[in-house]
Amino acid sequence: MYVIVNIEKCTGCEECLSSCPFDAIDIKEGKAFINENCQVCMACLSACPEDAIIETEKEETAEIDAQEFKGVWIFAEQREGKVASVAYELLGAGRRLSDELATELSAVLFGASESEAQELIKWGADRVYLSVDPLFEKFNDEPYSKLLIRLIKQYQPEIVLAGATPIGRSFIPRVAAKLRTGLTADCTSLEIDKETRNLLQIRPAFGGNIMATILCPNNRPQMATVRPRVMKRGQYNENRAGEIIPIKAYGISSRTKVLETVKEISDILVNLQEADIIISGGRGLSSPHGFKLLEELAGLIGGAVGSSRAAVDEGWISYSHQVGQTGKTVCPKIYFACGISGAVQHLVGMQSSDIIIAINKNPEAPIFNVATFGIVGDLYEIIPLLIKKIKEMREIGKTANG
Amino acid sequence: MNIVVCIKQVPDTAEVKINPETNTLIREGVPSIINPFDMHAIEAGLQIREKIGGKVTVITMGPPQAETALRDALSMGADDAVLLTDRAFAGSDTWATSYTLSKAVKKIGADIIICGKQAIDGDTAQVGPEMAEFLDIPHISYIRNIEEIRADYIRVQRLMESGYDIVESPIPVLLTVVKEINEPRLPSLKGKMAAKKAVIKKWTSSDIGADADKIGLKGSPTQVKNIFAPEAKTDRKMLEGSPEEQIDTLIQELRQLKCM
Repeated sequence: MYVIVNIEKCTGCEECLSSCPFDAIDIKEGKAFINENCQVCMACLSACPEDAIIETEKEETAEIDAQEFKGVWIFAEQREGKVASVAYELLGAGRRLSDELATELSAVLFGASESEAQELIKWGADRVYLSVDPLFEKFNDEPYSKLLIRLIKQYQPEIVLAGATPIGRSFIPRVAAKLRTGLTADCTSLEIDKETRNLLQIRPAFGGNIMATILCPNNRPQMATVRPRVMKRGQYNENRAGEIIPIKAYGISSRTKVLETVKEISDILVNLQEADIIISGGRGLSSPHGFKLLEELAGLIGGAVGSSRAAVDEGWISYSHQVGQTGKTVCPKIYFACGISGAVQHLVGMQSSDIIIAINKNPEAPIFNVATFGIVGDLYEIIPLLIKKIKEMREIGKTANG
Repeated sequence: MNIVVCIKQVPDTAEVKINPETNTLIREGVPSIINPFDMHAIEAGLQIREKIGGKVTVITMGPPQAETALRDALSMGADDAVLLTDRAFAGSDTWATSYTLSKAVKKIGADIIICGKQAIDGDTAQVGPEMAEFLDIPHISYIRNIEEIRADYIRVQRLMESGYDIVESPIPVLLTVVKEINEPRLPSLKGKMAAKKAVIKKWTSSDIGADADKIGLKGSPTQVKNIFAPEAKTDRKMLEGSPEEQIDTLIQELRQLKCM
């Protein structure tokens, strides 16, 4: 969406000048012109007595001049005003890319405070585009995509990264659709091709059995969502200086409305995608009681409980715990697979975990092919033993410290 | 209520085998199925029709053999099916696919468009939201429950990481659904008979008035540069000894890796 002046109709009356909150109208040779400050707020449309100012849907052309697009952007999503951890990981990846490209790194933050924007700077951003408008406190696809589209059109970054989270994966496609540019989902690695400055976007395909390198050579910006917990955070620097650019959301509204945010109450951490340790159970548990044991271990070491699809299908645990192709994709530091045989659909959801510990009775179970440590045995013997050992270690630790 | 459900025919990855030497998928002889998430989209469409009336049209873009997927959807109870098939569509990425589907949806005329959360072969989850942008309508992703629906209003539960949001929207709207939303019905015998006889509309790019520059490979901003096998884990270790010894070794190893 753009605002333009129909030169034939414009009389140069200057009525529009005072209507513009952004100083985005210039009078040149007796005619009004919209300059780059325009935020498409549409305030001038009704101010013009000649109806000479109109909004237009300029068709994006496939041919763009890649040279005009500069800078790396990351979208920093927030929940209840707190920046999500994936944003700091994106800053780590973005800093590396922008240094290689010898360009700047900017973050885009909607619906959070200036102090959160400062944190983004300390984690590596040169600049933060910040909208504190309450419209963005809760996540709605339309206003998020509209404002990001507007900013990208105005500032023309060459790369835009967002988290492959429920928020990023939901609204970023709208942005790419509107900007007529490519979007690569769920990247696990990002590199720069030095010669062309193209972003090499590497992602798993076909359920993680193949990796693919995706390019977006002729359109800008190059957009990608990045899997949480894959990229490393950069250096935190308390004294890092950066610029915060306040952004107004004039003329943006939302047709959808979030009425309520419901947290599923659980004694254990269900937020699998954020957990450092996940303890998952499968059909080998033989009964729902097995999960009580896994919960005990999880509680002890601060982990979350996951499951294979088989255990969900048996009704032993709810779907929100399911890891795998039709459940969640996770990559914790430690993943325990207890009584999980390791069907490919499960493996694709967890095989990028740092350390995989598999406990299974069957030495031939495919889970052992991806396991860092494999234990062949009865989980009802192994896990209670592990719990006991950990408790003992803590006791010793306490005595030693006391 | 005009309900359009977008489905995709995918290889049944439950049956996909991996070539252990090349670590690539063996795709020959792999049966094709309706993308599992799309089964829930079809069921959601049928349930809306049962509740407030209307017509359910299933559409897919793909090669001629994708017709099988549409017949399966018809046997579940969908009223009408459209196959978008044209050699010019080949090589479409998510941008070109969304554009093409949105042109077809415009031609059909839809109040509610339902997609599965994502397809299990590509896992991008992008086509639904991109279509909504092309159609200039709101969308809600990851729906796990439809709480209320009327001719001009819908209220749903949207699955988030640590719970769910209750979201309302006017209609028209595009929805993407997760498995929790329902249990897809099995086709009835009557449905199967009807599906066998049904005439499936086949539309090409000119039938939907698609811009030749925006479809297929030419209309796709992204390109696959290369594919390669993921790095195999080389640090695998089977622990040995009695359960007690195995646990000791495990704790020791984890300590060395500074994980405990």
